[in-house]
Amino acid sequence: MSAAPQTVAERDAVDLTGSPISRTLRRLAAGELGSLRVLVVLALIWIIFQIANSNFLTSVNLTNLTLQIAATGTISVGVVLVLLLGEIDLSVGAVSGLASAVTAILSVKHGWSAYTAMLAGLAVGAAIGIFQGTVSTRLAIPTFVVTLAGLLAWQGAQLYVLGNTGTVNIQDQAILNLASVFLAHWLGWLVAAIVVAGLVLSELGHRRQRGKAGLVQAPVVSSVLRLVAAAVALFGGVFIVNGDRGVPLALVILVGLVAIFHALLTRTKFGRHVFAVGGNDEAARRAGIPVARVRTIVFMLASTMAAFGGILAASRLQAVNQSSGGSDLLLLSIAGPVIAGTSLFGGRGSVWGALLGALVIGSISNGMDLLAFQSSVKFMVTGAVLLGAVALDAATSGRRITRRT
Amino acid sequence: MTHAAAVDPLGAKAPGGAAPLLKLQGIQKTFGAVRALDDVNLEVYAGEVVALVGDNGAGKSTLIKTISGAGPADGGTITFDGRDVSVRSPTDSKALGIAAVYQDLALCDNLDVVENLYLGREERAHNQPFSRLDEVAMEQHAIELLNELQVKTLASVRTEVGMLSGGQRQSVAIARSLLGDPKIVILDEPTAALGVAQTAQVLALVSRLKARGLGVILISHNLSDVFEVADRIVVLRLGRNGGEYPATDDQRQAVVAAITGVSADSAKAAAAAVPEPSVVSTLKKDQA
Repeated sequence: MSAAPQTVAERDAVDLTGSPISRTLRRLAAGELGSLRVLVVLALIWIIFQIANSNFLTSVNLTNLTLQIAATGTISVGVVLVLLLGEIDLSVGAVSGLASAVTAILSVKHGWSAYTAMLAGLAVGAAIGIFQGTVSTRLAIPTFVVTLAGLLAWQGAQLYVLGNTGTVNIQDQAILNLASVFLAHWLGWLVAAIVVAGLVLSELGHRRQRGKAGLVQAPVVSSVLRLVAAAVALFGGVFIVNGDRGVPLALVILVGLVAIFHALLTRTKFGRHVFAVGGNDEAARRAGIPVARVRTIVFMLASTMAAFGGILAASRLQAVNQSSGGSDLLLLSIAGPVIAGTSLFGGRGSVWGALLGALVIGSISNGMDLLAFQSSVKFMVTGAVLLGAVALDAATSGRRITRRT
Repeated sequence: MTHAAAVDPLGAKAPGGAAPLLKLQGIQKTFGAVRALDDVNLEVYAGEVVALVGDNGAGKSTLIKTISGAGPADGGTITFDGRDVSVRSPTDSKALGIAAVYQDLALCDNLDVVENLYLGREERAHNQPFSRLDEVAMEQHAIELLNELQVKTLASVRTEVGMLSGGQRQSVAIARSLLGDPKIVILDEPTAALGVAQTAQVLALVSRLKARGLGVILISHNLSDVFEVADRIVVLRLGRNGGEYPATDDQRQAVVAAITGVSADSAKAAAAAVPEPSVVSTLKKDQA
């Protein structure tokens, strides 16, 4: 116990030595830069598949990949929120299926306009989230049980909504556009340029504010490196997909949602409260945070994202059927963020994990399809990568945990 | 008594004259047939440290809960700043200006020091629902506060609290209690489970609270800590007042006697038979 301050002092002393780059490498090894590590995993997967099949890293295939992950990634955004609380939502797959069924039926059978039908689908998701959140917080039932019940019930509701027909083909172009529209090449460049300019301005403003207040600044090198990395990713991504049909609208939606939720989590009071409740709910309660309300809102957001993901999936499939939202959708949308380093115990993780995790899982699936593997192999490999990523996480973050007093 | 000599360097928080800031009279508390507190009195003045000592089950925690509102008293009167008040809930207590730091500290290990200090009272750039947090202001104020309290061992206020040592965590919890601008701070076993150097850190911090003109109620099992930092020692024994002593070294045996219920003479005899430090160290073991 009395050795603890020395350990901390040593750690800080070590942390402040060396160049920013060697420091970053050390932190990477210590598991503190979770999203960088998943990028390494992703790069490995891409290199392996590219060696195995030279069609993998082509514009056409990478564009397909982004279309394939849009729905799962969107659902994962909500899953990250729930995982940050240290809870679980097993109903996201079923909710996505039910919401897409509601949207499709209202649009096709009842002649609602695309937008009101989609809004109704999202509203169904939100209502389910509020219901599950309220039941779990008011009656103190574990969310595992509440959402497991939800998984069954909403699946039933989906079958009920779809009725005897079983499959509903979507005709409304506005719904289909979500997964089939691509930005014009110049528009893709413009959007990327605007985002990069925004990031640079915000970083400059951030540094100026901290400088004026006399606070410690992050090294200029790390700011520059971050911005360069973001610019390379954005312009590089646009360059690649412009080699094919252009930037898919679905990708813009997914990345936009991730950015919005990232800002919500890291910049607002609500986001801070989510991390606090996930870290230590008793401490949060004593600090006056309305814990039950935070939980309920998070479940509402998660179900709404699930509904949106369901609508994206329906748009890509151009239909809703009885197995929409079923199969492995739930498992993959939870596995993604976990592969990207989101803790199941709450309080640690980033919503970028939803995007990166979906990319990892989507790449495995896409690459194995190219190599004509059976889905039996696909499942086993995805499972192994999930276990491997979490094992790596446990092995490296073990060092962090033992340092605690 | 020592409170008369208490000086308030900030000149803002001490009430005029020598009236106690907090006065408990005839506090009663029963749990079923068990009388946990019986006619207990306690006075706390601004700018002094009152140590509340007693054996396990003496009623220290129960008494603290009647002040913090976590377990309101069944009978007796509480006077705060000259007014009769009723403390029925933690909110009442907070509104009066009483802050409590419990043994479990209630910190979020996954958040950094600034985030923990401002937990539940985050500052925002604008007063709108989705306004961004004013991180710069919070970080500035956090650094100011920690500097004032001379908490110097933190490498950065952006360190995760889970990475801090026990003494640093205790310092963060105490600093957080000051953000509500309280007049009285209750510290429940702040040095339990701390090493020697960290205990010294925390005790120095307690002295600084006193120098800020706060009334401090310190609960501790560790008599050497108590004698080092307290002005006055209030002994509880079996739910009743067991005596009150100035915290001067010549009172050690009297305090030990009051805690154990042995008369001062026989305590002296026992102390004569055994070297005095071991009496204290036996008591220290109790906290483990």
